[in-house]
Amino acid sequence: MPKPAKAQAPQPENPQQLILDGAVVNNEWHLIPSDESAADLSAATLASGRLMLPLAVWQELRGELTDRKSEIGVWLDSDETADLLGEAACELPLIAVHFPAFADGRGFTTGRLLRERYGFAGELRAIGNFMRDQLSYLSRCGFNAFAYQGDQSLEELLKSLRDFSQSYQAAVDQPEPLFRRRGLA
Amino acid sequence: MYRYDDRDRTIISERVAQFRDQTARYLAGELSEEEFLPLRLQNGLYIQRLAPMLRVAIPYGLLNSAQLRRLARISRDYDKGYAHFTTRQNLQFNWPQLEDVPAILAELAEVEMHAVQTSGNCIRNTTSDPYAGVARDEIADPRPYCELIRQWSTFHPEFAFLPRKFKIAVNGAQADRAAIRVHDIGVQIVEQDGEIGFAIYVGGGQGRTPVIAERIREFLPEEDLLSYLEAIVRVYNQLGRRDNKYKARIKILVKALGAEEFAARVEREWEQIRDGVDRLTPEALTWAKSFFTAPEYKVLDSTDSDAALAAEASEDKAFARWLERNTFRHRVPGYRAVKLSTKPTGVPPGDVTDRQLEAIADLADEFSFGEARITHDQNAVLADVEQGNLKALWQAARKHGFATPNIGTLTDMICCPGGDYCSLANAKSIPVAEAIQRRFDDMDYLYDLGDLNLNISGCMNACGHHHVGHIGILGVDKKGEEFYQIQLGGSSSESASLAKVLGPSFSRAEVPDVIGRILDLYVELRHPDELFVDTYHRIGLQPFKEKVYAKAS
Repeated sequence: MPKPAKAQAPQPENPQQLILDGAVVNNEWHLIPSDESAADLSAATLASGRLMLPLAVWQELRGELTDRKSEIGVWLDSDETADLLGEAACELPLIAVHFPAFADGRGFTTGRLLRERYGFAGELRAIGNFMRDQLSYLSRCGFNAFAYQGDQSLEELLKSLRDFSQSYQAAVDQPEPLFRRRGLA
Repeated sequence: MYRYDDRDRTIISERVAQFRDQTARYLAGELSEEEFLPLRLQNGLYIQRLAPMLRVAIPYGLLNSAQLRRLARISRDYDKGYAHFTTRQNLQFNWPQLEDVPAILAELAEVEMHAVQTSGNCIRNTTSDPYAGVARDEIADPRPYCELIRQWSTFHPEFAFLPRKFKIAVNGAQADRAAIRVHDIGVQIVEQDGEIGFAIYVGGGQGRTPVIAERIREFLPEEDLLSYLEAIVRVYNQLGRRDNKYKARIKILVKALGAEEFAARVEREWEQIRDGVDRLTPEALTWAKSFFTAPEYKVLDSTDSDAALAAEASEDKAFARWLERNTFRHRVPGYRAVKLSTKPTGVPPGDVTDRQLEAIADLADEFSFGEARITHDQNAVLADVEQGNLKALWQAARKHGFATPNIGTLTDMICCPGGDYCSLANAKSIPVAEAIQRRFDDMDYLYDLGDLNLNISGCMNACGHHHVGHIGILGVDKKGEEFYQIQLGGSSSESASLAKVLGPSFSRAEVPDVIGRILDLYVELRHPDELFVDTYHRIGLQPFKEKVYAKAS
């Protein structure tokens, strides 16, 4: 299996504000990084409030966190595929997908599969280094939250969500490809 | 050909607006160089050695006379009055101004053209057989499938940031004229028990690590084309390497997993989506095919038509030669397809002037139902010419410099822009092409040599397809000097093979002589009617090596 070496994986930022369902809102979730400190976490020492846990931490602790289900989300790194959560995705209120670099497009597939294959209906959040001009694609792949860490204002970003009003393919936002919508029958 | 409806027009015009905004933000400093890069690339815009280069998509090479005239006008208004046909059947402008690109895209949109995904790490223009729809050995016309793939891949939200670029080719004939075995995905139309379907090849490619594709499926039902492609690209998007751009193409993943394991993963993914909405409906297939129906051919008697043509040919040797090399047998009696050569001596292969683009448009209107095709060997095809009009067409083509009767011969070279234009190149390629054309300008000699593909790349990225040339020339850098490596025995046909390196490289001045020695040996050792590539496969590399590197005695 060709797996890229995970050298000093960059950690996503967790900005104070983000775009959620087309509006700028305050970020109510804390992000637990996946660095060395994650190894020492336990259900008892975990901070209170809404938390996005690295996948490995969540897998380790999920059995002990059943009474906190509504405030425990998971964030997936770009090499962590949707099937690692699988059906369990439906139990989560939030899943974040990390884009360590905007050129790393694995998260687009992860988003679509979480929505289309595993039926995830909660908040699907893009985190990390995605850019403004990817918002329409991200949104088509099922992302409804954007924790943008770049230089532009979130108000400016909102404009890019509306770049396209029509599309050829089926995706999360559009249940049918255009060839089924052209009125050919 | 495919015609846009309001939905297609909306998508393309929204893209123009989006790119206009992106360019404005870049020029205002709001978008960094690094962020603008993938955006401009996905609109075909490179920053080259001397100026930006804009690559316009010509889906599967097909275009009409109005589009040709618009391309001519753009080359005049925004460029230096010429353009370049590429090996992906696209067209490049070499000198546009960055600020003008949004306006150029708007002009293209007016004639249902765009530059979408002609570069970048996304699914590129789907290529095909330039004789699609007219070839006698055709199983089914590939163009409806190409158009369905074009639509599926255009702004695919999941696959715009793949590990690396991704190229798909579809071939519909017995002979492979679309080089499908050197593509990321090669689609071969096949017929099984009266049903049309596809054999699927993956993991072919050229570049630094040339690989012949592996067949991962013998028969894919027609309606499953898009879901299967989606499964392949999805597996690649998840597992393809992203740590090293030279190991990021799907061919590396297929090699690493093994074709069998890769195929198994694709099949597993496909099982999950094959019954989904991407399954092509009978209506969608009928609709796609409706754009590529036969034009209003005349009913001609083939015996009469052939006899009349033979009579014309017997009176004029130059016409006869052109007929032999530059025309192609048509499935309809009394018609031929004609290849217009862009390879007269001294012109960079694939370059055409604004006037020539307009001339192709005029010839298409007069002789070929208003359509033309760009070929992967950088020429143009008029696919539907009545045999009785061939002489008039030949005379007109001669006037415009398109009638060099060298199609398929040594001087009909594939050649990348090379060090004259490209910032990646290690060496120039156009002057090498010209030197070879000048050295081998005796048409009788070229005809005697027969079919011979000579391909030239200015660096190992292999845009000039040197790995699959019968003779391949690769520009290399040796301590700051331009040298050329010679390779022999490549082919992109249905019996695809990769060329092997002959030996140490040569200076530019030596190249024509070296080619001469290779050809001398071929002429000496060939069997009657044996093509160069067949002689090579029979006798191997060694005799050529000995001939070329023999010490002068």
